[in-house]
Amino acid sequence: MAIPIVYNLRSVRARWTSAIVAVLGIAGTVGVFVAMLSLARGFKATLVSSGSVDNAMIMRAGATSEMTGGVGIDAVKIIQDAPGIARGPDGPLVTPEVVLVAPIPLISTGTDANVQVRGVSKNVLQIRNKVKMIQGRMFEPGLTEIVVGKNANISYSGLTLGNTISLGNLRFKIVGVFDAGGSSFDSEIWGDGHLIGPAYNRPDTFFQSVTVHLVSPDAFQQFKDAVVSDPRLNVDVVREIDYYSKQSTRLTTLITVLGGLVASIMAIGAVFGALNTMYSAVSERGREIATMRALGFGAPSVVFSFVLEALLIAFVGGLIGCLVVLPLNGLTTGAMNLQTFSHLAFAFKITPELLVKGVIFALVMGFIGGLLPAVRAARVPVATALREL
Amino acid sequence: MKFSRFIFANLFRKKMRLLLTIGSFAVALFLFTFLAVVRSAFSRGTDLAGADRLVVINRAGLINTIPLAYRDKMLQIKGIKYITHNNWFGGVYQDEKNFFPQFVIDPENQREVMTEMKVPDDQWNNFLKDRQGAIAGATLAKRFGWKVGDRIPIKNSLYGPTKTWEFNLDGIYANDHPGGDESQFWLQWKYFDENIPAVIKDMPGWYVVKLDSPDDAVNVAAAIDRTFANSSTETKTETESAFAAGFAKQLGNIELLILTIGGVVFFTLLLVTGNTMAISVRERTGELAVLKAIGYPDRFVLFFVLSEALVIALIGGLIGLGLAILAIPAVGAALQGLLPPLLLSVSVLALGLAFAVFVGVASGLLPGIGAMRLRVVDALRRV
Amino acid sequence: MIRVDGRSDSPSLIRVRGLNKTYRRGGEAIQVLQGLNLDVDQADFVAFMGPSGSGKTTLLNLLGGLDVPSAGSITVAGDEITNMSANKLTHWRARHVGFIFQMYNLIPVLTAFQNVELPLLLTKLSKSERRKHVETALGVVGLTDRMNHYPRQLSGGQEQRVTIARAIVSDPTFLLCDEPTGDLDRKSADEIMALIEELVGKYRKTVLMVTHDPVVAARAHTTLHLEKGVLVEGERKGVLVGGAA
Repeated sequence: MAIPIVYNLRSVRARWTSAIVAVLGIAGTVGVFVAMLSLARGFKATLVSSGSVDNAMIMRAGATSEMTGGVGIDAVKIIQDAPGIARGPDGPLVTPEVVLVAPIPLISTGTDANVQVRGVSKNVLQIRNKVKMIQGRMFEPGLTEIVVGKNANISYSGLTLGNTISLGNLRFKIVGVFDAGGSSFDSEIWGDGHLIGPAYNRPDTFFQSVTVHLVSPDAFQQFKDAVVSDPRLNVDVVREIDYYSKQSTRLTTLITVLGGLVASIMAIGAVFGALNTMYSAVSERGREIATMRALGFGAPSVVFSFVLEALLIAFVGGLIGCLVVLPLNGLTTGAMNLQTFSHLAFAFKITPELLVKGVIFALVMGFIGGLLPAVRAARVPVATALREL
Repeated sequence: MKFSRFIFANLFRKKMRLLLTIGSFAVALFLFTFLAVVRSAFSRGTDLAGADRLVVINRAGLINTIPLAYRDKMLQIKGIKYITHNNWFGGVYQDEKNFFPQFVIDPENQREVMTEMKVPDDQWNNFLKDRQGAIAGATLAKRFGWKVGDRIPIKNSLYGPTKTWEFNLDGIYANDHPGGDESQFWLQWKYFDENIPAVIKDMPGWYVVKLDSPDDAVNVAAAIDRTFANSSTETKTETESAFAAGFAKQLGNIELLILTIGGVVFFTLLLVTGNTMAISVRERTGELAVLKAIGYPDRFVLFFVLSEALVIALIGGLIGLGLAILAIPAVGAALQGLLPPLLLSVSVLALGLAFAVFVGVASGLLPGIGAMRLRVVDALRRV
Repeated sequence: MIRVDGRSDSPSLIRVRGLNKTYRRGGEAIQVLQGLNLDVDQADFVAFMGPSGSGKTTLLNLLGGLDVPSAGSITVAGDEITNMSANKLTHWRARHVGFIFQMYNLIPVLTAFQNVELPLLLTKLSKSERRKHVETALGVVGLTDRMNHYPRQLSGGQEQRVTIARAIVSDPTFLLCDEPTGDLDRKSADEIMALIEELVGKYRKTVLMVTHDPVVAARAHTTLHLEKGVLVEGERKGVLVGGAA
């Protein structure tokens, strides 16, 4: 025979201070857990969504990131003719790019951030077709005009429509803001590749990377084989999506490890808090438990009843923890990509799956916190418990 | 002390509860220490930066270079004692995962400017004579098991086609400042400059300037930037600590994150232990009343409750700190390369203990005051 | 000699005159004690009886300095306690009163020895001096061999004996008992009462006791009933001056 749940609910209400304490302990832990994971996810998602599965990136062989790579214009001309590249109205969809960082103050701290600046070719929007202009217009090739990503627009100072900033030894006017679907491009400044390089005293004929739009995702292997085996070229070819996925590893690992450690430690503390609460509940209710046992509720019923109560408390704690951090979702923050040393603005990403994980984490804590006390409750001989005054 | 037996005996009323409360303190203090250590790791650059050093970079950004010719012009500015220059080498040792910072250094001025990095004289002299010589920091050498005399190959693709550069490890440097960076790899400017394309020769990445006195910092920095204003390469000069701080700020709002988590932990701990103390006092109302009846003053009762809370806090706190002392070096080793070294300083430990004491007293205060105010007559009537 | 008319002029150990105590309960004022008088001398043994709510415990609390009256005076060994501050009363209790309650007397986490020692920790006695007094007290109640046992290892009767030892260890002016045998079986109750009688007869202790049990009350020299807020004499065991049986 199962002990009615009503008993648990009423008991919790009667000892509400202890219950609240356990709830808050679990809520705090779950909150930190979800927040840290959503931070790591947000960062990773930003980078992963930066790549398309049907784009390929070409960099100098052995380059660990775009900025350290180098591809000359002769190489670009050879690459353009490789099989598998999609063609647009103006020719093959190829964008050789100059990539560098420029120091621009963060609005939040006033100190400089290394903002990624990309000198692109005029057909870049056909290659990175997830990018859409949301304010103003795209820059005119040959003019000292630039466009900025939506995160760059709100995170770095002076990057508003109509403003003019210095990049290297040229001044550029901001003529548009683009939305790159929450990817790392949203933190970038784009301008004409032929002007950006020279602004930093770099030769017009030298690029950091080349990105091509493939006919289809399956065309990748054919394209790669052709390019890599060409004796005139010394390059690596990766899918754009794989490149960005790899870029995120260092910071994602750091956040996940640190966050994981913190959440684990807090979980141990929360379990202690739950145990404390449940043990106190058991000792304060010794006589009630004995009475129920005397009335005929068996030991398993008692164990089940207490575990259920602990789970109930943990569930509420988990919900509260999730609810409290939910407003963080979409909140933009910034961090340095430890692989490129460029600043990246990204948003906390809280998914339903993450919230479910948080609640399950809470339930696990509650279960551990409720089991031992429940077993102890059931073990006290009825006669002894009844004698306790 | 006469009452210590009484206080301790009361703690053992409910052993499980005692263990759990001590455990809560231990966990909280461990976490506190961990957070404090991580925070100091992130701000270490700023804290240890030399007050008498300036960093001069290209105004257009750190990744751009500055002409070597600027050096002589700067030496003419009053207040400057020594100047050295560096480049970021950015190569790969065996695997990208083995990241460590590699700097091209100017051997003639390195030791004069970076005075806290110490190399034994004999090793330094060998290094000076060896074009392909390299010096590694103590932590770095330990990480890969390098010994003086080893040949270190590093692949680099930043300065032309990917090439493997070979270096002879001539020496190991140690950093005077506790917690200072010992993870750097140094190579010779001359060797570097000889082997890079002509178009980028003679271009240091940045200069580090040693001042006669820290008081000159602002003036000299302004003077340097003034000298090169409106030229093809403008400079941006700031103190080393400002430079490090700016860098740290880009890493992310670690400070806020840590303070938030720390706040959550503190609040929860206070709640849990406060509740435990309250329950433990509530259980004993009868006994406390009898104690008062037989002549124990009210304030004694408050004293007992506070002492109990304090004992729990201290024991739990010391356990937590002890665990931290044991575990943090291990965590630091595991995170090597991702974070600066995790250092546990005496001040962090002292702060942790103070934190434990504060929470202990705070958690015992309300129940203690309640016990103090308890009227014997009312308490015994409750029976 | 025990008197309740308030007309004795000779100095008594405990002297109560015109004691009033009024409580407010739910807006109403209830006067529990109304002009109560009492005289008790050294080595007297008084039992107080009365229906529940009559104010016996109130009287005991007032006599023991645990509460203050609304009016009247209480003088013990020449000290007027009714106007003492709470702090002074605390010190006074430690010096002059030995309490024996119905329950919660003993601290469960302390041994019998440590429990008995409790009142002495408030004094300036050295550890060895304290030990002597505790051993003596435990000897009087016959529990020397159980010194290092915890209350849970003692029977109900033994627990009360330890309580009595604690009550006498600092040699207080008088003992106050509130239902001392309330929880005990008949046999243990008898043992306790025999012990109390010994304290009075052999050691000349003064004992004031509240009880609802007439058998227990019969052991005292005099039983006083609380009626309408004052004390009324009940059975007198043929006691005259000085309390000698």
